Amino acid sequence: MSDAVIKVDGLWFAYKDNEYVLQDINIQFDNRPTAIVGQNGAGKTTFVKVLKGLLKPSKGDVWISGTNTKETTVAQLSKIIGLVFQNPSDQMFKSKVIDEVMFGPQNIWKDKKDKNFVYEQSIKALRIVELDNKLEEHPYDLTLSERKLLCLASVIAMDPKIIILDEPTIAQDRFSTRKLAEIIKELIKDGKVVLTITHDMDFVAENFERTVIFYQGQVLDDGPTEKVLSNEENVATAHLELPNLVRLAKALDFKTTPLTIDDFVEEFSRCKKAGD
Amino acid sequence: MDNVSTLSAKISIEHLTYRYPFAKNRSLEDITLSIDAGQSIGIIGRNGAGKSTLCYTLSGLIPRFFHGKIEGSIKIDGEDVPTMSVEKLIRKVGLVLQNPFSQISGAKMTVYEEVAFGLENLGIEKDEMHERIDTVLKQFDLYKKKDKNPFELSGGQLQRLAIASVLALQPEILILDEPTSQLDPCGTTEVFEAISQLKTLGITVIIVEHKFEKLVEYVDKIALLNDGKLVKYDTPEKIFSMPQIEDYGVGQPIYTALCKRMGLKKPNGYYPVSFNETVTLLSGLKMYE
Repeated sequence: MSDAVIKVDGLWFAYKDNEYVLQDINIQFDNRPTAIVGQNGAGKTTFVKVLKGLLKPSKGDVWISGTNTKETTVAQLSKIIGLVFQNPSDQMFKSKVIDEVMFGPQNIWKDKKDKNFVYEQSIKALRIVELDNKLEEHPYDLTLSERKLLCLASVIAMDPKIIILDEPTIAQDRFSTRKLAEIIKELIKDGKVVLTITHDMDFVAENFERTVIFYQGQVLDDGPTEKVLSNEENVATAHLELPNLVRLAKALDFKTTPLTIDDFVEEFSRCKKAGD
Repeated sequence: MDNVSTLSAKISIEHLTYRYPFAKNRSLEDITLSIDAGQSIGIIGRNGAGKSTLCYTLSGLIPRFFHGKIEGSIKIDGEDVPTMSVEKLIRKVGLVLQNPFSQISGAKMTVYEEVAFGLENLGIEKDEMHERIDTVLKQFDLYKKKDKNPFELSGGQLQRLAIASVLALQPEILILDEPTSQLDPCGTTEVFEAISQLKTLGITVIIVEHKFEKLVEYVDKIALLNDGKLVKYDTPEKIFSMPQIEDYGVGQPIYTALCKRMGLKKPNGYYPVSFNETVTLLSGLKMYE
């Protein structure tokens, strides 16, 4: 566990006196691709805002790369941890796509005189999300799906070690969702720690090694995705649903938990052979 | 009289073409389709295919809010939508926007008042208004939140509020642009169940949705859009059995993808689209072996 980049110890958080939306959370995150799931209002977004340092723990501690979030500023933290908000309009305010992406890096590397560096970083980030052909457009002229990718690019451009995505698949069609999965894989290959909040259980099954279930401000389950998503009882308690293939496998009495079509086909032909 | 018109509401679109002001390309091009009263229709297509734009023309936001050039015709009950009076249009068509943050009035301090807002504007009697509000708030599990400020709600709750506010108006035609995007899986199922209830009331439902596994269980037909054009308007199984479906960037239900991979069709020659169809097909195979 020594390579935990995020360490959360006995975290409690309340917006109002004693109404705790997060209760006694103890968890660590490393570079395994991790999905955070849970019903609306379970505390997922609050949790990642605490990680990002936008909210300070009411009790307990959060350590980001060894720094306690209570002992530093959001500005300092934003060099290590980036959060892509659920609603893109919450984080956009420039009138050109390129300016929007350059804003973060310009502030982070204020001392760096090299303007080109910031520009190159921003273009690189826009290329990753495939918006590098829309540099001069107004962010509000983009579709919701593109605006979400633009926000992701703005975070990637700051090159933080940790990137948190809050509901990135909202408003994305299947191809953009697939594209998003590829971007996440690239980021992980680049050594980033990526946490993703999502409701799309098929997306979780196919792309994340580890799954954490939030329920009423607590961690209900945490482990390898295959294990977490085969526990029907926990999934139901958390008001979630099984991924479609897992549901199908259960209906057909599979002994395994297929997370992808490949897994499913393999297990199905094994079942058939065993039956012969 | 009102009830009669509810049951016969029908949409007919002929050679509809539309271009946003200053836009280079047409967002809709030569679309022709008709929707019978009480039918549920899904609209699918990749991002930018024209789905939301089609919703805006059906609800009259185009050309009233978004200007630009409309060609062809779009009629509800035989009457032109672009020239229909706004009051009439509001009673006929309800639109739930893709982004609930854009739908909420921002002018009201509580969830309850937010739902009341549209009803007040329609001049609904007070008693009936309260009854309608209570019904929709309970239906969408928001009754306990009725005194909260809408902006204190989570994304999912806000989306349910947006749907509830439109449903309270009891429109003859309900248009939902990705109504479950912010919702958790159970919330999504709840919304689809509410939609199937609307169907039993004879309300015509048009829904843009990327969650195909859910969509196919509730719609009679699907309109597939690509680059502003209508590619095909048919039953879900026929749409998703098209060999070139992947070319349109929409994907397909995971069940259909699985059966295509395994080369398994239903006796009628089409691929399964839903959970139940797939279970039937696969368990039949297991029994044979």
